[in-house]
Amino acid sequence: MYNFIGSAGDVLEDDPVGRLKVFVYELPSKYNKKILQKDPRCLAHMFAAEIFMHRFLLSSAVRTLNPEEADWFYTPVYTTCDLTPNGLPLPFKSPRMMRSAIQLISSNWPYWNRTEGADHFFVVPHDFGACFHYQGSITIPPYAPPQKMHTHLIPDKTPRSIFVYFRGLFYDVGNDPEGGYYARGARAAVWENFKNNPLFDISTEHPTTYYEDMQRAVFCLCPLGWAPWSPRLVEAVVFGCIPVIIADDIVLPFADAIPWEEIGVFVDEQDVPKLDTILTSIPPEVILRKQRLLANPSMKQAMLFPQPAQAGDAFHQVLNGLARKLPHERSVFLKPGEKSLNWTAGPVGDLKPW
Amino acid sequence: MKLSTLLQNRRSNNIKETSPFESTGDVTGKSPVSTFWLVLHASFCVISLALGFRLSRIFFLFLFSTSSTNFYTVPFGSGEISVPLRVHSTVTVTPNAKIENPVKKEAVTGGSRVVVGRHGIRIRSWPHPDQDEVMKAHRMIERVQMEQKALFGVKSPRTVIAVTPTYVRTFQKLHLIGVMHSLMLVPYDLVWIVVEAGGVTNETASIVANSGLRTIHIGFNHRIPISWDARHKLEARMRLHALRIVRKEKLDGIVMFADDSNMHSMELFDEIQSVKWIGAVSVGILVQSDTDESSSSLKEKASPMPVQGPACNATRHLVGLHTYDSSKYAKRSAFYIGDRAPVLPRKLEWSGFVLNSRLLWKDHEDKPDWIKDINALNGANEDVDSPLSLLKDTSVLEPLGSCGRQVLLWWLRVEARTDSKFPP
Repeated sequence: MYNFIGSAGDVLEDDPVGRLKVFVYELPSKYNKKILQKDPRCLAHMFAAEIFMHRFLLSSAVRTLNPEEADWFYTPVYTTCDLTPNGLPLPFKSPRMMRSAIQLISSNWPYWNRTEGADHFFVVPHDFGACFHYQGSITIPPYAPPQKMHTHLIPDKTPRSIFVYFRGLFYDVGNDPEGGYYARGARAAVWENFKNNPLFDISTEHPTTYYEDMQRAVFCLCPLGWAPWSPRLVEAVVFGCIPVIIADDIVLPFADAIPWEEIGVFVDEQDVPKLDTILTSIPPEVILRKQRLLANPSMKQAMLFPQPAQAGDAFHQVLNGLARKLPHERSVFLKPGEKSLNWTAGPVGDLKPW
Repeated sequence: MKLSTLLQNRRSNNIKETSPFESTGDVTGKSPVSTFWLVLHASFCVISLALGFRLSRIFFLFLFSTSSTNFYTVPFGSGEISVPLRVHSTVTVTPNAKIENPVKKEAVTGGSRVVVGRHGIRIRSWPHPDQDEVMKAHRMIERVQMEQKALFGVKSPRTVIAVTPTYVRTFQKLHLIGVMHSLMLVPYDLVWIVVEAGGVTNETASIVANSGLRTIHIGFNHRIPISWDARHKLEARMRLHALRIVRKEKLDGIVMFADDSNMHSMELFDEIQSVKWIGAVSVGILVQSDTDESSSSLKEKASPMPVQGPACNATRHLVGLHTYDSSKYAKRSAFYIGDRAPVLPRKLEWSGFVLNSRLLWKDHEDKPDWIKDINALNGANEDVDSPLSLLKDTSVLEPLGSCGRQVLLWWLRVEARTDSKFPP
């Protein structure tokens, strides 16, 4: 595989331009622009990647206006731009929106039916994305604001004095007051076992020094919440804090380019009561190695969606991933009459037209 | 399922009830079925009123469900914060066993190893951290910080040469041990020059021997006088004596003045590593306020701590030095050592300056020409009240600590009454 001693492999620094061509469908604005106009907060929440990806592709060098020469087709649907008054996303309408978009493109252009969508890709930055399996998928990181993070950087020589750091909810009292559902009980277990442990700096507060504190910590907990991933992973990588990932079924972003096993610590949810034993039994050399890998600037850049796009950032990693999947296998192009996807699977409510 | 159909029936029966009344207009024409539903509806309402909406649903769940559902002790209350469900495991086998495997409720779905539904919250029975693990964690943090220092800290650190004038008195042990521990924590090589007024004594030697540092303990053949003014002058001469030792022994490093009653921050030692020839740091001046002032001082606003240190203009160039303004205490300052009045610093305190030891050497190629030779000062010893007197040109002073904005040490003089003894 790749040689990761001190570096994270060259794959992150590949340039996708010239290696693939992407055609962007022109969908009616009700799928994208109108949704954003209705709620501009979508640009800042953790699912904003879908919007930024669209903008990036429209002006990128890999875009082609000729669909005949395209390797991949992109459908810009903002499925998660449906926020509660508090700003939390409700992805319940997204299956219907997606279906409606696919019906549109399959009826107006011949390219979908040609391969039953195997050379089409979507940006689906939430749980439902895991269900849309097209020849494997590319998992992207959640959106975290790069400018805000860069304004909170502290000098590298500030000694890291916090052993384990976490800020966030342990119980979701609004939706799951008794506990046991939220985070499958894992966050509650972290709190109950370690709230009095001086090595663990964990609480539900929202300090203004959150980013600075992460830069002063050796380990940052990234437990699952209602979904397995969280922006904490991106923040931990950017701030050089070793992520402790407590999520049994998580698929990590850009897993074929970033060696997560080498830079993070994975803990099974059932082992949470043993977390202090697990973390203190890691040899110091391993910790220093992980910190060295995390310090690699291309790793940090790969997790971010800067505006405008920069070399090596998450946009480019997505394109690199798509380029690595080329060329498509011959079997992808179906003969007429063949069907490989069942479009009527799923709950009845999701089949309603959008 | 059954409950929801019951509720739906209730709702639809509600509609059904009103229409027969309206259409027939016959009050006496009640069928037994509609009476039954009316009674049932009324009983539902009453029970909801009594138990609360949520509990009434659970009540009916218990009434109508089969035994296949699991039973939890569901807390009362309608959706407020309630006691979380904890799963404490059964008795441990040995006192050392810290981790248990609790019971998991609800069925497994799908092929993944993730189970859906409510999970127990795993809590181990021994909630306290293991001491060995805590020590291991501290060692890990130390190792990480060492690495950080090696990567981002000072690249080629120089030896720190600390000069401390002292003498035997009540508070000597208190002050000297404080300085000693600060110096022991310094991560660089260190030489400690202790100059003792009145000659070398066993008391001082025993304190200094505990440090584990490389020390040069020399005596100075004058006793400390009773007045503060004279004491300050004598201390200046003692420091010069130490500087002569540096010159004679050709000690290489950075000379800083660690007076025994001062307090030093560890950042000071990191910051002085960046001095080229002679630098100034900001010293916070802690002056005891008079005890008689307590009533009136409440009315005044708390004044900021006076600082002696470099003053810079907007382009970060040194334009002068802030010094202590002693006009406030002009009449009330202490005269004799041990007086109950505030002790004031001199115009410029030695502790705010650091020097490159090569400035003091006799012959050195890079030695700048604006430094006077200490051995050539013989007649003028009395006038050397700060390192600035050794300079022919004071503009070469380097401001340290982000141009003096960081206070890196604090000056304080506290002495007990001359007739007191510690330990008693």
